[in-house]
Amino acid sequence: MNSVKLWKRDWPLHLMIFPGALVVLIYSYGPLFGLTIAFKKFMPSKGIIGSPWNGLHNIQFMLSLPDLRQVIENTFVIAIMKIVAGLLVPIVVALLLNEVSKTAFKRAAQTLIYLPHFLSWVILGGIMIDILSPSDGIVNKILKVFEIKPIYFLGDGHWFRFVLVVSDVWKEFGFSTIVYLAALTSINPVLYEAAVIDGANRWRQTLHITLPGMLPIIVLLATLSLGNVLNAGFDQIFNLYNPMVYHSGDIIDTYVYRLGIQQAQYGIATAVGLFKSLVSLVMISLSYFLAYRLANYRIF
Amino acid sequence: MDKMTPGYRFFSILNYGLLLLISIGCVLPLLHIFALSFSSASAVTSGEVTFWPVKWTAAAYRNIIDRPEYLTAFWVSVKRVALGVGLNMALTVLIAYPLSKEPRQFRGRTLYAWYFVFTMLFSGGLIPWYMVIKETGLMDSLWALVIPSAVPIFNVLVLLNFFRGLPKELEESAKIDGGGHFIVLFRIFLPLSLPALATITLFAVVNHWNSWFDGLILMNRVEHYPLQSFLQTVIIKQDPTYLTAKELELQALMNDRTSRAAQVFVAALPVLLVYPFLQRFFIKGIVLGSVKE
Repeated sequence: MNSVKLWKRDWPLHLMIFPGALVVLIYSYGPLFGLTIAFKKFMPSKGIIGSPWNGLHNIQFMLSLPDLRQVIENTFVIAIMKIVAGLLVPIVVALLLNEVSKTAFKRAAQTLIYLPHFLSWVILGGIMIDILSPSDGIVNKILKVFEIKPIYFLGDGHWFRFVLVVSDVWKEFGFSTIVYLAALTSINPVLYEAAVIDGANRWRQTLHITLPGMLPIIVLLATLSLGNVLNAGFDQIFNLYNPMVYHSGDIIDTYVYRLGIQQAQYGIATAVGLFKSLVSLVMISLSYFLAYRLANYRIF
Repeated sequence: MDKMTPGYRFFSILNYGLLLLISIGCVLPLLHIFALSFSSASAVTSGEVTFWPVKWTAAAYRNIIDRPEYLTAFWVSVKRVALGVGLNMALTVLIAYPLSKEPRQFRGRTLYAWYFVFTMLFSGGLIPWYMVIKETGLMDSLWALVIPSAVPIFNVLVLLNFFRGLPKELEESAKIDGGGHFIVLFRIFLPLSLPALATITLFAVVNHWNSWFDGLILMNRVEHYPLQSFLQTVIIKQDPTYLTAKELELQALMNDRTSRAAQVFVAALPVLLVYPFLQRFFIKGIVLGSVKE
């Protein structure tokens, strides 16, 4: 078919896509073009296009920032702790739920554990600031019963990362079990029947049938999570941190916010953001490539 | 199915107990906030309140209703959800349908698909995003909260995979009857896709209701803040350096413990209300979107 004929056949499809493509062009591809701010002496009055270039000045300045090393380290450490815990906990909970034979109990449990996923970090931040308060939070009240001295969870650098990982797992583990539970239902029941005939107990069945049955999806999610090594969770940290815990809890995203939006250092903040975007691009591409190779996964 | 060995019976009891604890643990913090919000200030101060209100009173809620700022923010959020979700759904459907075609049915399909997916791989980051919104003149208007986020790519992928699973024969018979793409989409595909549509509607509603950062930096005045941005400013942000006089005043008026609890609970309530109705759909939807055979 030549292009005129194709156009005649396909024009309604092009028309359907047009509005969405336009929005994406402006608000997703526009900011990509806006990354040029990293190489400009950006002036808000002159805009992205009109501001003069200043070469690698912003990059050099970025490399001289004293906090940057610590911020990148925090980002990596927090993100990796979250990735590991966020992979393991849902697998265990999905296996436990799989052993529940009472459907009503299973469904009720699922309803409750999915819930925190749908609440924002502003709401959860508000709740956590209250319950973790060293003076009158309920958590420290409970610790007091066991004669443990009050802990300033959100003001102590040692505790802060721990709080971040635990609360992130608490919010997301339930929702993450969905995919594992779906994988479990697709395991052929004949395998279990055969194992029972061979005399395998439930533990052996779990070890030799259930876990291997889940393995492909575990491998897939583990590889895809590689793309998140620089996503330590802006929403969560922004709502929980304060200057007392910057040294252990400040991450690239929060740093860019303070540098760019609060202190109006647009060029340098964009340069830091560009660094993050480039590393993320490499990691996400790698993760998709591995997922494709290992699990035959395709995005679309 | 299995014979229950004593060992397995013991495990089973432990398992039910553990899962019960885990499930309750997921809602206890919320229950505590609920209890605080309906307890008298004196009971809260003396630390008697755990998971049920002590000396019931709606004083904290009256305090919120008396502040027009809270209601204004709530109304901004309602408008944002209505407008934003409408826009999200319209664009999601219109993008997912053409992308669900095979390349031989729609030349350019693969190119378009990459065009959208690429934005998930590489983004401009905060500052360029902020500047583009500023330079396109959306600052301080409701449009800034709904237009830049109008195309939720993840939802597009969920719906397009659902569309692909529909029987091909339906479309072919409609084509033979002379129906074009719009007829196929609106008369055949959409009515058959209610579970997937319910799922992505839930995601879109929750996403718009929960968004707080865009409101915080794109709105100039506290009267234009949606509820979550308002809460962020009034009850979470403790660093007064960057707050306006108006925001400081609100912090002083609405920052006692019971008022904070009541504000948090009211902001969570719409999600708690829609969640049970849509929950039965989303499991199916998320699984379809994320795992493909």
